[in-house]
Formats: sequence, structure tokens, C-alpha cells
Amino acid sequence: MAKVILDQVTKTFGDVVALDNVSMTIDDGSFVILLGPTGAGKTTTLRMVSGLDTPDAGEIFIGDQPMIGLTPAQRDVAMVFQQYSLYPHMTVRQNLEFPLKSPILKTPQSMIDEKVEAVSRVLQIAHKLDNKATALSGGEMQRVSIGRALVRSPSIYLMDEPLSSLDAKLRADLRIELKNIQANFGQTLLYVTHDQIEAMTMATHVGVLDHGKLVQFGSPREIYENPVSIYAASRLGQPRINILPADLFKGPVPDGAKSIGLRPEQISQGTGEESFVTRVEHLGDQTRLHLKFKEQDLITVTNAHTSLQRGETVKIRPHKPFFFDADGARIA
Amino acid sequence: MSFSVTEPSRRQKWIAGSLVVGYALITLIPLLWIIATGFKSSADSIAYPPKVVFQPTVEGYVNLFTTQTRMGEDLRAEPREDLPWYEQLVREKGNTIVGASRYSERFFNSVIIGFGSTFFAILLGTMAAYAFSRFRVPLKDDLLFFILSTRMMPPIAVAVPIFLMFRNLGLSDTHAGMILLYTAINLSLSVWLINGFIDEIPVEYEEAALIDGYTRFQAFYKVVLPQATTGIASTAIFCLIFAWNEYALAVLLTSGTAQTAPPFIPTIIGVGGQDWPAVAAGATIFLVPVMVFTILLRKHLLRGITFGAVRK
Ligand SMILES: Nc1ncnc2c1ncn2[C@@H]1O[C@H](COP(=O)(O)OP(=O)(O)O)[C@@H](O)[C@H]1O
Ligand SMILES: [Mg+2]
Repeated sequence: MAKVILDQVTKTFGDVVALDNVSMTIDDGSFVILLGPTGAGKTTTLRMVSGLDTPDAGEIFIGDQPMIGLTPAQRDVAMVFQQYSLYPHMTVRQNLEFPLKSPILKTPQSMIDEKVEAVSRVLQIAHKLDNKATALSGGEMQRVSIGRALVRSPSIYLMDEPLSSLDAKLRADLRIELKNIQANFGQTLLYVTHDQIEAMTMATHVGVLDHGKLVQFGSPREIYENPVSIYAASRLGQPRINILPADLFKGPVPDGAKSIGLRPEQISQGTGEESFVTRVEHLGDQTRLHLKFKEQDLITVTNAHTSLQRGETVKIRPHKPFFFDADGARIA
Repeated sequence: MSFSVTEPSRRQKWIAGSLVVGYALITLIPLLWIIATGFKSSADSIAYPPKVVFQPTVEGYVNLFTTQTRMGEDLRAEPREDLPWYEQLVREKGNTIVGASRYSERFFNSVIIGFGSTFFAILLGTMAAYAFSRFRVPLKDDLLFFILSTRMMPPIAVAVPIFLMFRNLGLSDTHAGMILLYTAINLSLSVWLINGFIDEIPVEYEEAALIDGYTRFQAFYKVVLPQATTGIASTAIFCLIFAWNEYALAVLLTSGTAQTAPPFIPTIIGVGGQDWPAVAAGATIFLVPVMVFTILLRKHLLRGITFGAVRK
């Protein structure tokens, strides 16, 4: 457990600027989630902290110690790779024991057994412990790979889309477990995901990366309710925020506004101007409405038990919308 | 990695099986002939038409391992029950054993030089290949090409300069010299082959091991080496076969102390007429170590392919 600081970290690969002057403070005991599309620099950020790669400029501190020149082992970090890489010549048990048997930890066997036992129970792989690592399904490999991190108590856990290939039920279970190790055991996590629910339910802080730049950092609610740009606003929210021409609706428009951003809860239904229902999607706990409004498509959410049908009309009106300028930056 | 296999029909299996057995027999016949000749008497070994069924004898082996001389008429008359069986066998021909031949010495020279040079070629080759595969080596491609180019002309083409160098360095006819030479010749092969195998092993494994608290060297031998055994084993077999069979340079550079078996075996022919059974016996024993080595490593050759535990 430790506070981790990235101080003006820059990393380039040839012409590609993978990280552009990124500064971020990951407080001790926090759960930081990085959001951004493929290529935004999420994996690179984790690799910088882990010591697998070193910054071209800038510094990393773990527990207030500068990490320059320190190997991953010396940094005491645990990492779950995006490419979960189990040691193929070992059994599941040997894979899980491997970090504990390292020359740095040299854990006594009784403690190893205890930890492996506990972690394999949490990850629901106890019955596979003596299988060869190669004789597992993708989801099982991913769990072993998470397990190889969880057997340790490192200064920070780095996890790169760890739940991506698990089924929904297991994913829900593990979300709770991962949140638990942070919330109840005070561990620090830096976590990459594309999953909206993971970000909203687990994170204490969310960092939004755009082409190697950290464009916003804050609590998930803050990012959701107060995004700095169209890009940041688009990272969270299901269905995604609707971005429409600023003057589409009646009403005042701030100077310089190019687009209006409307999340479903920013669209009042029943008053305002008429739109056409083009599609109704019943998702169980909510119903999505696909609407056509002045030649623009938008998506919102309505009552789960709505009786609205395709072809009907519904009146809509913006409610505390976001406005963005021509560059996509938030102006109101 | 993915491939599809359809179970062959019985008929196809039968045809494939007989082809393989047929081919194996054809390639095995010379080998079996050598082994059989080793157990023939001198007369049987040159009989025409060749004898397939014969009375086996270990005469050839006794001749191989001993030096003999003719006995005087007087000694020949008296039967000596107290002498060991091999002496009696020799006496039936009117000879007596005066000492051990140099075959076992030459054979052990082959073992030391063959396995020694294989060991170093693999040790150095693996480390070089790992560095080429994993580190940013300046002029990497040129260096690799240079290493390969050392193998482009036949080793014998540089025999004369090597001969002169060895003489000046005092390496002529020494074990160390021959190990050095064969290691140098095999190194290009081992670097290239093993480099190819290590390139195939995803770096993620080592990175995972680095994160798990191991140093790079520990990651190398705990994670990379176990996965490279296939490549290393097959490369070792190639290296051993080359060093084991090498004849031309051995003839040129060794004589008294460090001579290997290949230049020695032909000299057996000269001892007391053409002793084909002894030559065949020498060849048979000479074949054994490479065979045993290959059989021991076979398990790694077949087992090595590890299907990805890395998600691509
Ligand atoms: N080892 C590398 N060599 C070259 N380019 C790389 C390397 N690693 C990452 N990049 C580039 O850096 C950028 C950020 O990559 P990455 O951090 O993997 O993104 P993410 O994990 O957010 O998808 C991408 O454009 C990627 O192509
Ligand atoms: Mg990534």
C-alpha cells in the first residue's frame, strides 16, 4: 500500500506520443480507473508505474520514493496483464505460488498454501489448482492471472482490463471482491477498463486519457456530472451522451457554443417539442427510446413499463444541458 | 496457433504405416549390416555371397580393444585353461594379447570433445540468442548475418590457417583446442536456431516474472529456458552430431593425445590384414552415444510445443 505519483510523465514510441506530460496522484488506498479508447495510453501508464517501461521524461514516485532505475521487483508492484500470461509449463497452483516464492518474498510454504487456498476460493478456481495452465478456458486463465496478483500485498495493484473475458455473473462477483480489497483492506489499485459499470461502481477516482493526455481526473460522479469535454462526457454513461447542434432546441444558447450534450436524464419527456419514436428497446430494468428530432437521432431512457410504440410522438426538452465549443471543450 | 485434424481412415493409416516401416527398414539396413559385421568372423565378413545367417563371435570386439602379436610355435601347443576367455579366443588364431588398443582412449576423446563442444555451443548460443531476441543490440541484423556467414564456407576451407594458428598457440592436438574449434563452428548454428525458438516465446512471460519479483536472469532460467527446451534439445543434437562425426579437421589437427574416433577407426583396418569385424565393431560402439543422447532428448523434442497461455 502506498501513494503513487506520476509527475509530468512523457513516453514516445517512435512518432507516437503514448503519454504526453501526464501528472496524476493516486492516493494510498484509492481505486483509480483509467478510461479511454484503445491507444489512449492506458497500458503504457501501467507499464510506467510497474517499471517494465521507463518514462522519456518525468518521474514516478511510489510511497514518496523516486522510482528511477528501480526494477519491477524492487517497486513491489503486482500487475494483471491485458494479455494474461500464465506460465505454460506450470500448473495453476505453481502459477499462483510463483510470486510468493520469489527471492524477494520467500514466503514460508504454510503461508503460501493458505494464500493460494484463499485466493483460489475467491476466484472460484479451487477445483483447477492442479491443472496445467494451458488446460484452462480463457476465463479461467484470466482468473488465475488475477490470482497471481491477489496472492500478494504489493504497494499497488495494476490491472489492465482484468475482467474483460469473464461472463456476466463472474464479473459481478469479482467486481465486489476487487472493490472489497480496496475498501476493506485498504489496498491501492490502478485499473484499466472499458466497462462503464466497473468504473462507476468501483472507482474512487477516474482518469480520462485522450491520445496520451490526461484530460480529466476526478471522482466518477464528477466526471459524469461535470465533464470537461465531449470526449470526457462520452467515456461514461449508458446509453452514451447525445451530442447535437447547439441551436437544435428552442431556448438560450451560450456564446460560442457549437454542440449541446444531453444525457438521458437531461432530456425531459412530456413537455417541449415533438420527436418521433423510431425504436423501443426493452432492457428489463430500463427501456431505451430511439428518437428522431429535426432529422437528428438521439437515444434516451424511459420508464421500464412504457407503452410507447414505434411511430408515436413524444415531447422532449433539454434540462440543464451541457454546451461545448467547436473544439469539444465544455463551456457551460 | 490453430489447425484442424481429421482422423485418417484405417486404410490411410495402414498405407502411411507401411510406408514409414518400409522407409525405416531401407535406412536401417546399412546400420544393421554394420552391427552384424561386428559379430562376424573375419572369414564370414568377406564371404561371397554375403552371409546373413552366421555363427556370431565377439572376435571383432576383442581385436578392436586389444593389440596382439603372433605366438611362437612352442607356446601355441600348450592349452591354458587359467587364461581369461578373450586371451583364449585370440590364441585360437595363434595370437596373444600384448596390451589394450588405443580405441577406448580415442573414443573417450570423442566423448570429451563432442559433448564438451556441444555444451559450450549451447551455453554460449543460448545466451547470445536471448540477448539478440530480447535486448536492443546495435547492428543486430548485421551481427546475426555475420554470425551466419561464418558457416557459409565448409570448415575445411579454413583448415590451413587454423592449423597454423593452432600450432602457434599450442592448441594442436589438445582437447581444449578441439573443443574450442568445434564450439566456434557450431556457434553460428546454435545462435540462429535458438534465437528463432526464443523469438517465438512471448516476452509477456518474462515481464510477468519480473513483476512477480524475479530478476531478469531468474526470469530467464525459470520461465524462458523451460519453454525453450525443444529448441535447445534439437540444437544440441545437431551440434553433437557435427562434432561427433567431424573427420577432416580431426585428421589434420590431432594425432597422439586428442585424436577422436573418426580418424582412428580407419587405422584399424591395417592391423593384421583387413579386419572388417573390428572396424564394424568400432563403428557400432561409435554410434551408441549419439543414439543414446538423441533418445534421451526425444521427450523434449516431442513435448515442447506449448499452446498459448498468452491471449493474442
Ligand atoms: N512497445 C510499443 N511500441 C510502439 N508503440 C507502442 C508500444 N506500446 C504502445 N505503443 C503505442 O502507444 C500508444 C498507447 O498504447 P497503449 O498504452 O497500449 O494504449 P491502450 O492501452 O490505452 O490501448 C498506442 O498508439 C500504441 O500503438
Ligand atoms: Mg491496453
